[in-house]
Amino acid sequence: MIEISSLSKRFGTFTAVRSLDLVVPAGELFGFLGPNGAGKTTTMRMIAGILQPTAGRIRIAGHDLLAHPVEAKRALGFIPDRPFIYEKLTGIEFLRFSAGLYGEAGPDVERRGHELLALFDLEPWRDELVESYSHGMRQKLIIASAFVHRPAVIVVDEPMVGLDPKSSKILKDLFREYTRRGHTVMMSTHTLEIAEGMCDRIGIMQRGELVACGTMDELRASTGHDDALEDIFLRLTGDQVARELVEVLDA
Amino acid sequence: MREALPAAGVSAAGSTAGGGTAPDAGAWALLRPKWQMARNRTRHHQRGDLRRVLVVGLVACGFWSGAFVLALRLLRYFRSAEDIGALLAAKLLAMILLSFGSILLLSNTIAALSNFFLARDLDQLAAAPVRSGALYRARLTETAMHSSWMVALLLVPLVGAYGVAYRGGPDFVLFALAVFVPFLLIPAALGSAVTLLLVNVFPARRTRDLLSVIAALAVAGLVVLFRAARPEQLARPEGFANFMQFVAALDTPSSPWLPSEWVSDAVVKYLSGKAAWQPLLRLWGVAAVLVVLGQAAYARGWRRAYSMAQEGATKRGTARSQRPWLDRALSFLGPLRRELVLKELRVFARDSTQWSQLVLLGVLLVVYVANVRYLPLTGEGVTVLLRNLIPFLNLALAGFVLASISARFVFPSVSLEGRALWLLRSSPLPVRELLWAKFWVGAIPLLVLALLLVGATNVMLQVQPFVHIVSLVSIMALVFPLTALALGYGTFYPRFDSENAAQIPTSFGGLLFMISAIVLIAAIAFLAGRPAARWIVSEHFGRARDPMDMVLPFALGLAVCIAGTVAPLVLARRKLETLERG
Repeated sequence: MIEISSLSKRFGTFTAVRSLDLVVPAGELFGFLGPNGAGKTTTMRMIAGILQPTAGRIRIAGHDLLAHPVEAKRALGFIPDRPFIYEKLTGIEFLRFSAGLYGEAGPDVERRGHELLALFDLEPWRDELVESYSHGMRQKLIIASAFVHRPAVIVVDEPMVGLDPKSSKILKDLFREYTRRGHTVMMSTHTLEIAEGMCDRIGIMQRGELVACGTMDELRASTGHDDALEDIFLRLTGDQVARELVEVLDA
Repeated sequence: MREALPAAGVSAAGSTAGGGTAPDAGAWALLRPKWQMARNRTRHHQRGDLRRVLVVGLVACGFWSGAFVLALRLLRYFRSAEDIGALLAAKLLAMILLSFGSILLLSNTIAALSNFFLARDLDQLAAAPVRSGALYRARLTETAMHSSWMVALLLVPLVGAYGVAYRGGPDFVLFALAVFVPFLLIPAALGSAVTLLLVNVFPARRTRDLLSVIAALAVAGLVVLFRAARPEQLARPEGFANFMQFVAALDTPSSPWLPSEWVSDAVVKYLSGKAAWQPLLRLWGVAAVLVVLGQAAYARGWRRAYSMAQEGATKRGTARSQRPWLDRALSFLGPLRRELVLKELRVFARDSTQWSQLVLLGVLLVVYVANVRYLPLTGEGVTVLLRNLIPFLNLALAGFVLASISARFVFPSVSLEGRALWLLRSSPLPVRELLWAKFWVGAIPLLVLALLLVGATNVMLQVQPFVHIVSLVSIMALVFPLTALALGYGTFYPRFDSENAAQIPTSFGGLLFMISAIVLIAAIAFLAGRPAARWIVSEHFGRARDPMDMVLPFALGLAVCIAGTVAPLVLARRKLETLERG
């Protein structure tokens, strides 16, 4: 469960996140949408404990992130949008290291590591250096590393970028099964079809504020139109974009 | 798959870390990937790596042996001087350790900034339940190792020479280890604390800018201070009024509160058979206190400071996007070449780790010219002939200065394209245009510098017009092949992943470039200097001389310079066209 109350983040005079209140309960797959620069990544990096909020509180699996960072982070798996992996480690070495950060080691980690690598078709590459991996393979390795310590909450920024259709399908199934088992997934994405098809609830951010939040039915009800998510998104975040585009091309 | 997921219904805390009883990741767990990466690098070696290790190993051994023999001879000479020998040996060690200590403090402060706040793996560690103590100890170890390895390597022949000269015996090795470990640890803990303080005040990236400038100014200050002390006077004790004044001149600006003094004290006491436990205890005590205090400070301040470091990273650029006057001035180049040249200049001017080196360069040049001025060329017996021959030696020295500057600024330029190379490669930009821009942006400032350097020293030496012309033309001719060689080797041995431009020339390719540059400089100094010097000597002694004797060597020198410019550029273009990078 993720509980966010009155969360704000300022960079100098620029406010990236403005008094955000949000609860993502256990067992929910939450989709986090918004145009570029809306504040999604900043919010996720605050949930991960990388950025410190200017104001507000974050609780992960019942632990206050500011007061008890170690306990809160132990319950969290974070997949950033631009992850860094040690180029000169092998895939399995990186998984062992990631598990070790959460105090996990031994045969259980080995077994889980091998299963996760096999799940994402990385098993033949387990002893190869990460520098020889493609972009998609790195992405899959990062996702595997977020699951290796069995967190209660997964926060993932743009998970589908670079994945092949098979891996994309596996990841969707993995997230669904994970939330079915009572865990929480918070996912940001720009692929609206994925959000519409997968997420239990969707939140849309615009200029640092949550401008809409709810199930697809609730979102439709709030806009008063029986629209697809794309139309709702454009309605909420500014549908003049298409008109401007024509003007720009004509210019 | 099922095993990879926790069982349904298990509580959040219980499902995460084996019921919450699992131990936290310690400092060693955080250091392990670095160790594994080093091991993997040695296992997955590529073709040519062995040759590289061999060449670097041989050069290092040669340097070590040379430094050891030199230090040993000097110390044995000191030992033979009964009155002041021991004083000289102790002062020499204290002076060297004081400069090493200052360098270590500076480099640790800069390294701590990267290791604690800017390293790319910190996001993962910040998001993981890692205790601040473990993170501090792991990063402090890395900081100390990154900053100290070169000083430690330099200390080996020096301390070894002390051990041999004063017959320290095999126990001295252990004693030296016990003394130098805290000596290296103290600046690491102190530098990390300074960095924490700075990042809490400034965003990390601005702190790095600030530190680069401070570092350049500090080194420049050291050089000027050293120059102002006029160490050549020490070589002429007869210049001092009395013996006491000479001894006083040896007194370096050290203090009993400096760790370098404690190390020197401990080593000298041990080698003279006296009890050395007091300074040793002081070293370890101070190191331990600093580490404990540092750990406490990081536990309180690191998370806030790291968050601030991210803010610095995402801050919008404040640099002006246009420089119309420069754009206009370069418009004769056409849009493509103008944009390439402007990009090179802007990237250089906005990277403080690059431009701050110019401060250092300026000071070194002033010192260089001042050294020529201080040359004892006005006394009796110093002839006009000698003053006219020195410019040819100066040619080689100035060439070496230019080679070092090319290694620092031109050699890394292809590597610095790094991750942006895809943009250049995927565009219809001909590779030769890119090299053209890099070549001229490097060559023109070097040319100005070369003319200033040689011209100023020539004027100071009041040389004949003939010598003036030959030395100026020779140094001009050297600039182009030196730039081309630096660019060529930089293209053949790129380090695209390096974030620090200063580290790029310390590679194998950088070493090969310097070797090639020295050979080239020696060849040109020989081909231009020898016939010109013979001409001067013949003129001085009124012998017969034929200008045709100079034609062949001069033509040969010119051919070497042209070939040395064209060949590296052609090869670099071919290499860049075939370069594949994922």
